[in-house]
Amino acid sequence: MIVLPILIPFLIGVLCLLVKKTSLSSTLSILGAFLQLGVAVWMLTEVVAAEIIAVQIGNWQAPFGISIVADLMAAIMVLITAVISLAVQFYALSDISKALKQKHFYAIVNLLLMGVNGSFLTGDLFNLYVWFEVMLIASFVLITMGGEKAQLEGGVKYLVINLLSSILFLCGIGLLYGKLGTLNMADIAAKMVDVEDAFLINSSAMLLFVAFGIKSALFPFFFWLPASYHTPNIAISALFAGLLTKVGVYALIRSYTLLFQTQFDLIQDVLIVVSACTMIFGVFGAACQYDIKKILSFHIISQIGYIVMGLAIGTPLAIAGAIFYTIHHIVVKTNLFLIGGLIERIYGTSDLKKLGGLFKWSPAFSLLFFIPAFSLGGIPPFSGFWAKFGVIRAGLEANHFWLVGAALFVGVFTLFSMTKIWAEAFWKKSEVESPPHWNSLTYSSVLPCVVLALITLYLSFFGNTLFSYAESTSAQLLNPSFYINALLN
Amino acid sequence: MEIAIAIVIGVLFAGGIYGILRRSLVKLILGIILLGQAANMLVFSSGGLRESVPVFVDASTKATDVADPIPQALVLTAIVIGFGLIIFSISLLMKAQKALKSDDINAFNNTDKVS
Repeated sequence: MIVLPILIPFLIGVLCLLVKKTSLSSTLSILGAFLQLGVAVWMLTEVVAAEIIAVQIGNWQAPFGISIVADLMAAIMVLITAVISLAVQFYALSDISKALKQKHFYAIVNLLLMGVNGSFLTGDLFNLYVWFEVMLIASFVLITMGGEKAQLEGGVKYLVINLLSSILFLCGIGLLYGKLGTLNMADIAAKMVDVEDAFLINSSAMLLFVAFGIKSALFPFFFWLPASYHTPNIAISALFAGLLTKVGVYALIRSYTLLFQTQFDLIQDVLIVVSACTMIFGVFGAACQYDIKKILSFHIISQIGYIVMGLAIGTPLAIAGAIFYTIHHIVVKTNLFLIGGLIERIYGTSDLKKLGGLFKWSPAFSLLFFIPAFSLGGIPPFSGFWAKFGVIRAGLEANHFWLVGAALFVGVFTLFSMTKIWAEAFWKKSEVESPPHWNSLTYSSVLPCVVLALITLYLSFFGNTLFSYAESTSAQLLNPSFYINALLN
Repeated sequence: MEIAIAIVIGVLFAGGIYGILRRSLVKLILGIILLGQAANMLVFSSGGLRESVPVFVDASTKATDVADPIPQALVLTAIVIGFGLIIFSISLLMKAQKALKSDDINAFNNTDKVS
């Protein structure tokens, strides 16, 4: 039953709304997260065996009803969502105040996860819009939860740009329906092959590009992200950093490998320029910041650039690289945000100028930061190196030398930002004798960071399992007739 | 009919974009409402515009005479979602206006600052 990843968070969310005691709702939610993880693993094995699983909701056959589809891409995204949600909910046990838990923090997180999983699994364009809205409204509540001044301000920016993106998405859907008369993704892809005057579709392709570009914080549309992601509680930031922009990226990959595959040549030049600019502007934005959370927020943007670079090159190796990059990035970025939250908790601030001396006090904690930070920077043998290696090699093979040059250049600056945090927070001599709130570190908040770091290490040393999975995923994505046949017959 | 609807949609888009480019929070929310309505009208018109022909037809009516009902159903969904989002937006903007003591969007520049 591939609808379980949507149903479980929904049911848990509803139960959490009914429960008054916060200890009960947190237990319930974490149990739900474990259940989801189990279902995701089981679904992945099923999908690997069957290659694609589709369910027609209400037994309305494909072009007319709503299809829920789990192919290799969707299955791995659902699995990584389950891992991240479990880690973040554990961390939230001690990070989110009791007052916020009483305001149904867990219920809203579960509804957010329902939206995320729904977006990954749906096979219908309008249904994707609905899941986006589910995800958005939950994220609006989470980002402003607590109601501090900075949160409200960041929330306004996040809200307005995302509403605009939904409106553009809806316009794109409307025009597409007007032209093709269908909203089922497989049916759209099938009809695109022999549509007359295909250039009329370009308006939809570009509207969807802008809509998903805003969601995934691509180059000209990214300003909302660094303005809002550092404002909420760190557990919420970490969840957003890991999952939300990646839903946009997933939608982009889905659109340009399935829906508009026949128009890919047209969009490719745009994607190449946009991905190069996204990498460069994101990394320069990070270079001038002196706050851990703001540095990490800007780095999301530059890393999204690498993923979209894989999509822009469009060869099988490049798409596989992009998928590997996405998984590596979700794990590492969430972990960095969580560890940044621990540092903030120890010192009461995340301003680099006021930090220092962490390496002297705890080499173990430093190692915990070192693994994801230098994985993000792309130092071998960490997973970031293999991820970058995949997309850059694909770029060289396809003769996109400028793009590869930009990627290498950005890699150096990514490392610069990570060494800046390392030098300022860990190596610099501290102004205070001992860390002010060292004993605020609890097991429940350190454990998720350790587990995520172990996953990063696993991807670093045994990354070939994931990479061969990514290769078969990209082969499946680049062969849309497979998806079409699986759904329409 | 098509021309009239096209002009209405165009005016709604123009008004909405004018609204969100202003510096006042009230005009911002009005702009978003107008843009939302413009998008709804666009989706609505994509099913074809036909006058006074019922959807549930007897055998003599041709399928091409009636408008496609699916976009109309989609628009209903979009309108309901839009309601929820607009209500949330208005309450958030009100709280933000109280917290920042300004309804000028230029005052909303604190979270962008380099620290």
